[in-house]
Amino acid sequence: MKISRTILSFISAIVILFSTSVTSFSKVVGDKIVLGAAISLTGKYSSNGVHTQNGYNMAVDRINNMGGVKVGGKTYKFEIIYYDDESNPKRAAQLAERLISQDGVEFMLGPYSSGLTKAIAPVTEKYGVPMVEANGASRSLFTKGYKYLFAVLAPANLYLDVAIDLAVEKNNGKPVTVAMAFEQDAFSQDVRLGVLDAIKRTGSKKVIDDKLPKELNDMAATLVKVKQMKPDVLVVSGHTKGALTAIRQIAEMKVDVPMLAMTHCDAAKLSKQHGKNSQYALCASQWHKTLTYKDNFFKDGMKYAADFEKEFGYDPPYQSAESSAALLVFKDAFERANSFDQKKVRDALAATNMQTFYGNIKFAEGGQNVDKPMVLFQVMCDGSGKCENKVVAPTKWASAKLIHPIPKWSER
Amino acid sequence: MDFMVFQYPMITVQACLDGLLLGILFALIAYGMALQWGVMNIINIAQGDLVILGGYIAYFMYLYGIHPAWGVIVSPIIMYFIGVGIYKLVINKVVDRDLFISILATFGISILFMQLMNFAFGADVVLANSGYGTTMLFDNNVTLPNSKIFSAVISIVFAIGLVIYMKKSKLGRAIRATAQNSRAAKILGVDTEKVYAATFGINAALCGVAGALISITFTIHPYMGLPYTIRSFMIVIVAGLGNLPGVAMSGMGLGVFEEFADYILGTEFRIGAVFLLLVLILVYRRFKLSRKREYLK
Repeated sequence: MKISRTILSFISAIVILFSTSVTSFSKVVGDKIVLGAAISLTGKYSSNGVHTQNGYNMAVDRINNMGGVKVGGKTYKFEIIYYDDESNPKRAAQLAERLISQDGVEFMLGPYSSGLTKAIAPVTEKYGVPMVEANGASRSLFTKGYKYLFAVLAPANLYLDVAIDLAVEKNNGKPVTVAMAFEQDAFSQDVRLGVLDAIKRTGSKKVIDDKLPKELNDMAATLVKVKQMKPDVLVVSGHTKGALTAIRQIAEMKVDVPMLAMTHCDAAKLSKQHGKNSQYALCASQWHKTLTYKDNFFKDGMKYAADFEKEFGYDPPYQSAESSAALLVFKDAFERANSFDQKKVRDALAATNMQTFYGNIKFAEGGQNVDKPMVLFQVMCDGSGKCENKVVAPTKWASAKLIHPIPKWSER
Repeated sequence: MDFMVFQYPMITVQACLDGLLLGILFALIAYGMALQWGVMNIINIAQGDLVILGGYIAYFMYLYGIHPAWGVIVSPIIMYFIGVGIYKLVINKVVDRDLFISILATFGISILFMQLMNFAFGADVVLANSGYGTTMLFDNNVTLPNSKIFSAVISIVFAIGLVIYMKKSKLGRAIRATAQNSRAAKILGVDTEKVYAATFGINAALCGVAGALISITFTIHPYMGLPYTIRSFMIVIVAGLGNLPGVAMSGMGLGVFEEFADYILGTEFRIGAVFLLLVLILVYRRFKLSRKREYLK
């Protein structure tokens, strides 16, 4: 009895070992398409890393439950191998190597942040592994001539140029004065370039051009200058700490500026952390649940948000939505390629032209999505102090009218 | 380079006031560092991380609906015990060793704290809203957030309280005796082990107060501790050990210096300017020491 149990456990151990090694040494096993992803589950990007992972998982479940991926008359299901990159670019690059050369993954999903995507892209490119990423917006990703990199999101230089256009429009088409404060990381600097382009295009003038440090928690100096120079627009981009610091100090120092535009408002949970003080801030976003794009899997933004909240217990930030969209793109490409050949899938990805609940997706030569405009929402509060983000631009998707200029502090 | 700060007198005033208020807060953190450096000969690299941890305590009170200002009472109490715990676990093993060993040990504690805080509280930048308004001066040209004024006042209260405690209480006298000569203190019946633990605890408590104030005035994040360590290190270097007026003065000086560096060089060089100043001061002190042909006591 005892011996047979030992033999049984020995055999099952071998079976388990065998089955796992089979899964990990081939990208399509039985009816599974195995995708690889290095995600920041610990370290400084861990909260957005988790949003990304939740987005991926949500889409995998949905696609698998709704019939999976049909290739060559057979139905396949998605599966993802995750590794934790610890928010560290070096580690991310190592893990990409490992996923490809040891685990035999032939298709990759992107990590969180431009920096980490930059670290992984050379690896996937070297092995000719198609990667659909959803969280690296830096323009420099799309100018390197990568052939296997596809991003479902709009590049960083398009984040806030809309705000300048909007300010000019509100100024009856006349140029405006702009104060800028940007962190010195790849992403924010790209946002800055976009704003500079818009300033040039509209004949506007920049009056302040401050750079913010990584360990920012005090931008009083910039705001004092803003008070002195009285620009028409103040643009701030410094991730969540930039958004939080700006709102806190603008309220404390009673800085009056007709338009305040920033990034990372929803990630910073501005309206929750600052309540009424965050009112009227304009925020660039890749996606908002009220947008009316549609697809067969998630129906639309509102439905996606409701389903996501049911599963994960919080309102989906755009990082989750774009991550889900990456899986939809992969599914579409596999089916059009009707093959698991990396080259063919790559070509199918390049020819993508579809609508998802997250937006239209069509890739340019460099791999960035050129068919989805950024949206701007404005934080609006009601009398009881409850604040909401409402889309105000582009006008086609707007659910509320832009409040401009921002009322002075003395009149609030 | 931007010399706007000198072109408009109001901006100069604003920069000076901001710097002074900030400097008083820095001085509080630096005082804790000086105390423990003087008593135990330990340079605590984890100082800034203790500050951030103290900030999280105030933040969580705020999350649960308690006004974060109460954090300046609750946070030091919790932090005192955390400080004593760290001492019992790690510091007591390195306290008599080479300075380098203690730097390594506290560096390790710093990394551990960063990761633990990140794990426990998440990587989001957070803050606690005090709801204090703003004081307007000079026709609304100079604005002082009341939260900053509150921070400065609380820092001064704690600093004065600590000075009195060190002078009057039994433990305070024991701490000072140990700082002067630990062996002699031991011979005379002072339980130096207990004194060390209390000193580390008091330092952690001061960090707790400062952290609570920082969560009210600025933002906190698990990885934001290091700049506070650097600043307090630098203030102590300038002021010397056991010199409280010196710590206060050099703290305020550093605050004003930072503000002006921010205006003139740009916000991105703010911390860089502090580092540069630190290097200059170290070089200068070394130069001065070698000229006087003194030996370090």
